[in-house]
Amino acid sequence: MSKQDKDDAVRVVVGMATCGIAAGGRPVLEAFLEETQRRNLRNVSVTQTGCIGMCWLEPMVDVLTSDGKKTTYVKVTPDKARMIVADHIVNGHAVTEFTIASESKA
Amino acid sequence: MDYYRSHVLICGGDKCIHKGADQIFQRLESRLKEYGLEKDIKPIRTGCFDLCEDGPIVIVYPEGTFYTHVRNEDMDEIVAEHLLKGRVVRRLMQKDKEADTARNLPLEEIPFYKLQTRIALRNCGVIDPENIDEYLAYDGYKALEKVLFTMQPKDVIDLVTQSGLRGRGGGGFPTGLKWRFASKSQAIKKYVVCNADEGDPGAFMDRSVLEGDPHAILEAMAINGFAIGSDEGYIYVRAEYPLAVKRLQLAIDQAKDYGLLGQGILGSDFNFDIQIRLGAGAFVCGEETALMISIEGERGEPRTKPPFPAVKGLFGMPTNINNVETYANVPQIILKGAEWFRTMGTQQSAGTKVFALGGKINNTGLVEVPMGTPLRKVIYDIGGGIPGGRAFKAVQTGGPSGGCIPSDLLDVPIDYETLIELGSMMGSGGMIVMDEDNCMVDIARFFLDFTVDESCGKCTPCRVGTKRMLEILNRITEGKGEPGDIDKLEKLAVNIKKTALCGLGQTAPNPVLSTIRYFRNEYEAHIRDKTCPAHHCRSLLQYIIKDNCRGCTACVKVCPVGAITGEPRGKHEISQQKCIKCGACMEKCRFDAIYRH
Repeated sequence: MSKQDKDDAVRVVVGMATCGIAAGGRPVLEAFLEETQRRNLRNVSVTQTGCIGMCWLEPMVDVLTSDGKKTTYVKVTPDKARMIVADHIVNGHAVTEFTIASESKA
Repeated sequence: MDYYRSHVLICGGDKCIHKGADQIFQRLESRLKEYGLEKDIKPIRTGCFDLCEDGPIVIVYPEGTFYTHVRNEDMDEIVAEHLLKGRVVRRLMQKDKEADTARNLPLEEIPFYKLQTRIALRNCGVIDPENIDEYLAYDGYKALEKVLFTMQPKDVIDLVTQSGLRGRGGGGFPTGLKWRFASKSQAIKKYVVCNADEGDPGAFMDRSVLEGDPHAILEAMAINGFAIGSDEGYIYVRAEYPLAVKRLQLAIDQAKDYGLLGQGILGSDFNFDIQIRLGAGAFVCGEETALMISIEGERGEPRTKPPFPAVKGLFGMPTNINNVETYANVPQIILKGAEWFRTMGTQQSAGTKVFALGGKINNTGLVEVPMGTPLRKVIYDIGGGIPGGRAFKAVQTGGPSGGCIPSDLLDVPIDYETLIELGSMMGSGGMIVMDEDNCMVDIARFFLDFTVDESCGKCTPCRVGTKRMLEILNRITEGKGEPGDIDKLEKLAVNIKKTALCGLGQTAPNPVLSTIRYFRNEYEAHIRDKTCPAHHCRSLLQYIIKDNCRGCTACVKVCPVGAITGEPRGKHEISQQKCIKCGACMEKCRFDAIYRH
């Protein structure tokens, strides 16, 4: 990562505990890696994390942007992952249809 | 074919041209020439994007950056910033017109998360468990450093004692006391063991901690080692958790690389090493003496206590053994102090407890709440209630060692003592929610079936007694119950509880006793009336066709055993001899003409 990219670094964190993997977390992680590579987005790092407890909403993905904002996406699929890269990471508009607040009942 | 680093798409539709897209295109070409970027970046005219009110539109690939309302002079900035330096021009990006902030609430604002207090799970789902640097960034190994350089072993034990931390594996024994016993034992070698043999059906908080925050366990074990004077630790984890095993091993390797485990930790003279041992899937090995015997390589069977592990444990040496979740609390207590820990929970039970929500509940997952939180809050406010608008019937806590708590006791605060008073127990924290469709006799039968399977067979009360109880329960659910069965069950249960060798047998009758206590009428209905009030026990069910049957023959077609007969357009009948009670006919019937009782 070059210095200029660091200013707008984006972190994508995919839930990869047993519950996340069972719900399909691995193809989602791969979709993020592929899509960011395809778009040549060098300011994006894709990492994994454990279970946050909301197993019924897995696969879950956090997108942390450089302005310190965290958006949590739930029930992510590889297609949704590609949409999140295009709309949120590149163009800065969170895909509100897939966020936790639009899914969670409590 | 020439290779371009970027493609810049400029809308060539009528309206964008009207708004100046042509000039923008020329401006781009001239700027590219100025910077010598013609070979790297290719401008392209496109057709209309159908977003005319946002035009002129400019898109930069491969990223796919979408600029709207681009004016002539904006092009200079796009070229200078984005194309030359790779910095996106945020101010030109499409504005979200109806910024739906309600749907973009951060995770922390979601009730499921907001109502929790996360200590043991604080890093789970936040840090990358395979990267020690992330744990270090979240105050990782700071507690170990504090212990090694500013505290004496006695201070550590005092601090843990004052915090009021109690064993989270189910027993609820004061952790500080346990550590003190182990520290007082004199021996040439002592051991620290982490019990990660999580076997209760429906409980998975230990797995989550091991997978999400393995370093916290390593750190706590090292602190434990320092406190009791041990230099070797074992983690006994079940082989069914391959990911947890992998991440633990990775964490151990990384910690050793960083000098946080091994010889002379952090430059002190304290040595501590940790090894992993895999359990082979025996539930009884979660019992501490059986677990240690299993580590030694013997058949996993419990032995009598005393001697307690603190006196004579692993390989005959004084051993301190704690559960994963207990350990997960330790580094935080060391860092933030006993007072802080005592501010959460109740007088008797300080801190928080993780519960695994499962069964008939909307939000299945892990929740960590302060001790003393009412069950209702956990099930309704955090768990989101029962799906499909069904009525809540009971919640089973503590797995095969626990019991069922009915709806009228939902407002009792959860801690070790109240749960035992209610005939259940904390157990490892599994919480299985049941609705009106669950038959309580069958639930008791299910858990007893599990303990009968998992009984190691060493002591007679558990080996024979639980088997006899299961036989009676099987009989009751098959409609062959006899008067006096309930008394027999109660008598057996009380005797098994008194005489079994280990925790497994001593608690195995709890599911039966608690369901008899709160749902005696269901047992009586099974035995006396030969009916199952929840319509669950198949042998006691009858499917019957009502008079409003139209004779559409749909049920005849789905019946797998040909038990339904009747003329088309006439009322049909179900032969009770042939019927296997699969319920397919009732599901198929469009006229609500079939009922069961």
